[in-house]
Amino acid sequence: MKIHEYQAKHLFAQYQVPVPEGRPAFSVAEAVSAARELGGYPVVVKAQIHAGGRGKGGGVKLAHSEEEVETLAGQMLGMTLVTHQTGPEGRTVKKLFIEAGQQIQKEFYLSLLMDRATATVVIMASKDGGMDIEQVAATTPERIIKVHVNPLMGVQGYQLREVGFGLELPSAAMKGFSSLLSSLYKFFMANDCTLVEINPLILTSDDQVMALDAKVDFDSNALFRHKDLLKLRDLDEEDPMEVEASKYNLNYINLDGNVGNIVNGAGLAMATMDIIKNAGARPANFMDVGGGASAEQVENAFRIILADTKVKAVLINIFGGILRCDVFARGVVDAAKKTGVTVPVVVRMEGTNVEEGRRILSESGLNLTSASDLSDAAKKIAAAVN
Amino acid sequence: MSIFVNKNTKVLVQGITGNEGSFHTRQCMAYGTRVVAGVTPGKGGQAMDGVPVFNTVAKAVQETGADASLIFVPPPFGADAIMEAADAGVSLIVAITEGIPVLDMVKVKNFLSSKKCRLIGPNCPGIITPDECKIGIMPGMIHKKGHVGVVSRSGTLTYEVVDQLTRLGMGQSTCIGIGGDPVNGTHFIDVLSAFEADPETHGMVMVGEIGGSAEEEAAAYIRAHVTKPVVGFIAGLTAPPGRRMGHAGAIISGSSGTGEAKIQAFKENGIHVCENLGRIGQICKETF
Repeated sequence: MKIHEYQAKHLFAQYQVPVPEGRPAFSVAEAVSAARELGGYPVVVKAQIHAGGRGKGGGVKLAHSEEEVETLAGQMLGMTLVTHQTGPEGRTVKKLFIEAGQQIQKEFYLSLLMDRATATVVIMASKDGGMDIEQVAATTPERIIKVHVNPLMGVQGYQLREVGFGLELPSAAMKGFSSLLSSLYKFFMANDCTLVEINPLILTSDDQVMALDAKVDFDSNALFRHKDLLKLRDLDEEDPMEVEASKYNLNYINLDGNVGNIVNGAGLAMATMDIIKNAGARPANFMDVGGGASAEQVENAFRIILADTKVKAVLINIFGGILRCDVFARGVVDAAKKTGVTVPVVVRMEGTNVEEGRRILSESGLNLTSASDLSDAAKKIAAAVN
Repeated sequence: MSIFVNKNTKVLVQGITGNEGSFHTRQCMAYGTRVVAGVTPGKGGQAMDGVPVFNTVAKAVQETGADASLIFVPPPFGADAIMEAADAGVSLIVAITEGIPVLDMVKVKNFLSSKKCRLIGPNCPGIITPDECKIGIMPGMIHKKGHVGVVSRSGTLTYEVVDQLTRLGMGQSTCIGIGGDPVNGTHFIDVLSAFEADPETHGMVMVGEIGGSAEEEAAAYIRAHVTKPVVGFIAGLTAPPGRRMGHAGAIISGSSGTGEAKIQAFKENGIHVCENLGRIGQICKETF
C-alpha cells in the first residue's frame, strides 16, 4: 500500500527522521493559510499523487509570495499530472503539500528495501541525489553503496558509518546522518515497509541532513497488525473497479484491452492474459478469483468484468482443483442471469467435476461458447473481437 | 525414487482442525499419504478421523515420529508455525498459507539457516510424488507416476501443465510448487539439483513467472550443472510494470523481473522455451 509524501513525512517526524516543516492543503485557501503558518518564503508547492517524477511533470514549484502560492495552488489543484510513472492518462491532483524552502548544499539518494534474493533489508545510497536510481545502477553501479542488514540483528554502527563515509558527508553532518538512518531503519521494521525511498536526501547549508522527499510502500499482507496505517489509504489514487473487486477479495487489475477474463489462480491468470495477446487480442484485465473461490465470488467477478464498457468479449478459464467446476458454473449462470450477458463469452473448463460443470452451462440456456482446450479458447476469443 | 517425499514419509498437519486443514488432510489421506498426527493448540487429546491431535509440534513428533509437516494456519501465525516445526526437528516443512508478511518470512529464513530442514512455500500448492505421497492441496487425480519432474511458482498453472503431461502419457516423478511469495524456503535451484540427482527423473519442466530473478539464476545453474533436458515456461509477459499480479512476488519493479528477460535467460542457457501454454505437453513430448 502506497501513501502520499505528506503522510510519509508526518510518520518520519514521529520517528525523529528530520523533514522540512510543511502542511497538507486540499484547497487554494488552505494552501495560502499553510504558507502563512510557515512564516517565510520561499515555500514549495507540491502536488500529492502516488507516482514519482512529479517535478519534471510540473507538480513541484517554488513560490516567493502569498500571491504566487495562490496562483500555483489554483493551477495545480484539478490539473492532470503526467509523469513517467502515471502512464499517458496521468492523475488528477486533489491534494497539495506546502513546505518551507531549504538552502541546499548537496543532494543524495537513500533507500531501504526488502531484498528477496538474500532475505535481508538493503540500504542503498548514492551521491547522485535527485537522479533516477535505476539509471545510476545501470550506467555507474560503482556510485551506489549497498549494505545488507540481517533482520535478526538490526542495523549495526559500522553499517551506518559505511554509508555515511561512503557518501563523503562532512564530519559535522555525520552524527545527524547516523541518527537519521538508524531511525529510518526502525521505522521500516516497525511498520512492515517494503520500500522507503528518500530522493533527494539533502545536506543543508548549515550541515543538517533532511528528507526532502519521501516515498513509502507498506506490505499489504502485514496491514492486519497496523490498523492505524489503513487510515492512510487514499481511494482517490486507486481504480474504482479495483476498489470494488477488493471488497470481495478478488485479485483484479484493470488493463486497457478489450477481452475480459476470469481465471482461478494468479499464475494461470497471467498465462491466460498472455494467451489472449498471442491470439491477436488484448486482455482488458487480470482477474484471479482464487484457488478456492465461492459461487458468490465468481458472481461478483463476472458482474465487475461485464460492467467494464471496454470489454467486447469474455474468456473464462478455470482449472478446477479446490474450486470445483460445478460450483464455478453455478456462479457464472447466476451472475449471467442477474446481469444479462451482452457480449460473447467463451468458457474453457477442466478438472474436478468438469462434466457436471459443462452440463450446468449447456442447460442454462445462456449463449456461451465452450472451448475444448486452451488453443481452441484462444482462437474463439480472437474471432469474437476481431 | 523421487525427491523429498515418498511412501515412507510420515506427515503431521498444523492447523488440522480448521476448515481448510481438515478438508485437505482428508484429501491427502484418501490419496494414500501417511498422516500420523495433527496439531492445534488447545485441542490436544482430540482426534480427527482417527488422527491424534496434539497441542505442540514437539509433542506430536515425539509421540509419532513425524518427519514432515503440512501447515494451514492463518497468515498472522504462519511464521510462528514454521519456526515451531523447525525447532521440533521436522525435516520437511510445507507451508500452504498465503499472506504471511514478508518481514516475518525474512526473519524465518534467517532462523532456518541454523536448522537442518527444508521449507517449501509459503503460498504454495505443496509437493506430490504420484501414487506415493501428496503433501498439499493439488488435485491428486490429474497426476500419474512417471519420469518428468515439475517445479513451479504457481498452483493452478502447475495443474494445467501436469494435466497436459498426463493426457499425453507422460507421468511425473515429483511435482513441487515453490510458492508465489517474494521470500520463500525452497528455490528453483534446490529442486533442479535434486531432480538432476534423481535417477527416476528423466526430464524437467520449470514454470516461472514475472518478478525477482530466480528464473535467471536457475537458468545459469542449468547451463552449468544440469544434463537432463529442461522445458521452461514464463507467465506474465503481458503484465504491466509496478502492479502486483495476485502473487505477492509477481511484480515487475522498474526494469527488473520482466518476462522478456527471463525468456531470454532460458534461451541463452539451453532451456526449451514454451511460448504457448496450450502446447506445453506437446513440447515436453517432443523434447523428452
